[in-house]
Amino acid sequence: MAAVTPDHLHDHHHGPSGLMRWITTTNHKDIGTMYLLFSFIMFLSGGVMALTIRAELFQPGLQVVEPEFFNQLTTMHGLVMVFGAIMPAFVGFANWMLPLMIGASDMAFARMNNWSFWLLPVAAVMLIGSFFVPGGATAAGWTLYPPLSVQMGMGMDLAIFAVHIMGISSIMGAINIVVTILNMRAPGMTLMKMPLFCWTWLITAYLLIAVMPVLAGAVTMILTDRHFGTSFFNAAGGGDPVLFQHIFWFFGHPEVYIMILPAFGIVSQIIPTFARKPLFGYASMVYATASIAVLSFVVWAHHMFATGMPAQGQLFFMYATMLIAVPTGVKVFNWIATMWRGSMTFETPMLWSVGFIFVFTLGGFTGLICAIAPVDIQLHDTYYVVAHFHYVLVAGSLFALFAGAYYWLPKWTGHMPNETIGKLHFWCSMVFFNITFFPMHFLGLAGMPRRIPDYALQFADFNALATVGAFGFGLSQLIFIVVVVKCVRGGEKAAARSWEDADGLEWTVPSPAPHHTFEVAPVFK
Amino acid sequence: MSIENAQRSENRKLLVRLSIGAVAMFGFGFLLVPFYEKICEVTGINNLLKADEVVNTQVDTSRLITIEFDANIHDLPWRFHPLQSVVKVHPGELITIAYEVENTRDKPITGQAVPSYGPAVSGQFFRKMDCFCFTQQTLEAGERRTMPVAFVLDPALPDDVHTITLSYTFFEIAGKNASLPVSGGSGT
Repeated sequence: MAAVTPDHLHDHHHGPSGLMRWITTTNHKDIGTMYLLFSFIMFLSGGVMALTIRAELFQPGLQVVEPEFFNQLTTMHGLVMVFGAIMPAFVGFANWMLPLMIGASDMAFARMNNWSFWLLPVAAVMLIGSFFVPGGATAAGWTLYPPLSVQMGMGMDLAIFAVHIMGISSIMGAINIVVTILNMRAPGMTLMKMPLFCWTWLITAYLLIAVMPVLAGAVTMILTDRHFGTSFFNAAGGGDPVLFQHIFWFFGHPEVYIMILPAFGIVSQIIPTFARKPLFGYASMVYATASIAVLSFVVWAHHMFATGMPAQGQLFFMYATMLIAVPTGVKVFNWIATMWRGSMTFETPMLWSVGFIFVFTLGGFTGLICAIAPVDIQLHDTYYVVAHFHYVLVAGSLFALFAGAYYWLPKWTGHMPNETIGKLHFWCSMVFFNITFFPMHFLGLAGMPRRIPDYALQFADFNALATVGAFGFGLSQLIFIVVVVKCVRGGEKAAARSWEDADGLEWTVPSPAPHHTFEVAPVFK
Repeated sequence: MSIENAQRSENRKLLVRLSIGAVAMFGFGFLLVPFYEKICEVTGINNLLKADEVVNTQVDTSRLITIEFDANIHDLPWRFHPLQSVVKVHPGELITIAYEVENTRDKPITGQAVPSYGPAVSGQFFRKMDCFCFTQQTLEAGERRTMPVAFVLDPALPDDVHTITLSYTFFEIAGKNASLPVSGGSGT
């Protein structure tokens, strides 16, 4: 693959400087950087909440926090990580890399792009600020189930508005991404020649446009139930709390794929580079991604096996859920086939990607176990479920995000990230991640319920182990700050093609990528 | 420049279409509400407000089931209690018991009782012919009312169930959903 690079790339930047530059910027690279910084800050704040939870669970009994505050922490940890850390981080990658990958000069709607970012800090302040209102933050769990969410104090209202704002931000970002990918590709780049990261994001963006409004609707119903006398979810007024679960999970299950599909995309960029082979089964990867997205709309009630569904319903959702394992399996096998007989080297991004495949697949398998309705009734709301979704969300989405960050840091900063420290970050994260979350499988199988600040004595050992792991994992993430700061300050100069066999238009522009790139569209062959 | 303009109008067209899609999906979220109610109605799930069909069955005198009655109020200035706390019944027997409710406030209040069963599985075998929970109850200031529940226990009740707790919780119905005067509930 080769591209004609225009020689009049310029790095100077017009317009305000200092803080106003960042507030008014419409440049996709600036906005991408802000998204990534924002999500990392949210990742750390969600992490502090997680560590407080783990500190409380270190021993049976109540030591560190009050149960009410514990419930607020579990709720806010979920909301902050999902809507504040993982989703904006992927949007940050999309902003930075999509225009570079498809040879566009910027996102389609640059001004709207600025808006979608700056809505996020507002929402984050409302969400985190809700800890300080009377009654504290919402403690209904990140799923915001009624009747709890209808009964909470004003922290719940703040959370609802924060979800509204973050939803609007995501929808605007998603529309921008779809238009950019569909309309702004360089001449010669057909859809089936796009890098896989673009494909996964295109499909993710459609998912976002389809389901974020449904979540907005669901929380709006909670809001009107709380303040305007409606009874969508109030049994006494003829409503039904189970209805909320249906609407929420109609959003919630596609949301799960919104958080993992771009991760698949990132890993599909990195593995061919370090295996020095083209991606195995490109077309099947695209179709697998699309079928995961379509299937995600018909499996929502597998989160609700314990609500008393008719057996036929349980069977339908059980089989539909298991069906998703097929396209996911296609992806995993394609990654392995890409590595098969490749000239593999294990630079930091590759380590994270291979680690991703290993632990994500473990999480996928426990997902299959949870999909079996009779088994799920036993495992529902236990630590087994907590282990499952942390294997796919932390070891899945987060590991892929780190892989992508190490992979594209040379393009962002112009310096190679420090391999030694990067590898230390990977191995610490990998080991401590498993120390934290693997014992949770056993806790769940033994019947320890989730979202409980205290527990029976027989769970003590595994909980202590998980807490030690969690603190190790949390502290390991500080290593990443060291890597990034060192990488921004200096280090080995990165070439335009920073990794030996990296493929794609983004590697045809200098490192660091100049402020304006592809003002004349490259010709993609 | 004209190419750029053409691109811009293409982009704008797609933006409008996708935004319409997003707004439509917001509406779809609300559409799920009547859709859900229809499904519940058609499949007969969740028919808390309807009398159960009487199945003509024989009384199974070989079993004696203990039924305990419980009463709760949720943020209501009412007094609410069963007139008998325990009865022993044979499955298939028609039983009528009564609850008493009293409005202690000086203004009329509408409430709705919602039943629940322990163990939950016994709910589907507990066939209520008549119940105050099928309709909203409006009590005048200081009014006291005795309300019957007529039920038959389905003899198909699993063998390992020996005791059933029937618990009612009264919720206040406020705002436009309150039916004054009493009519059927506002649907499932």
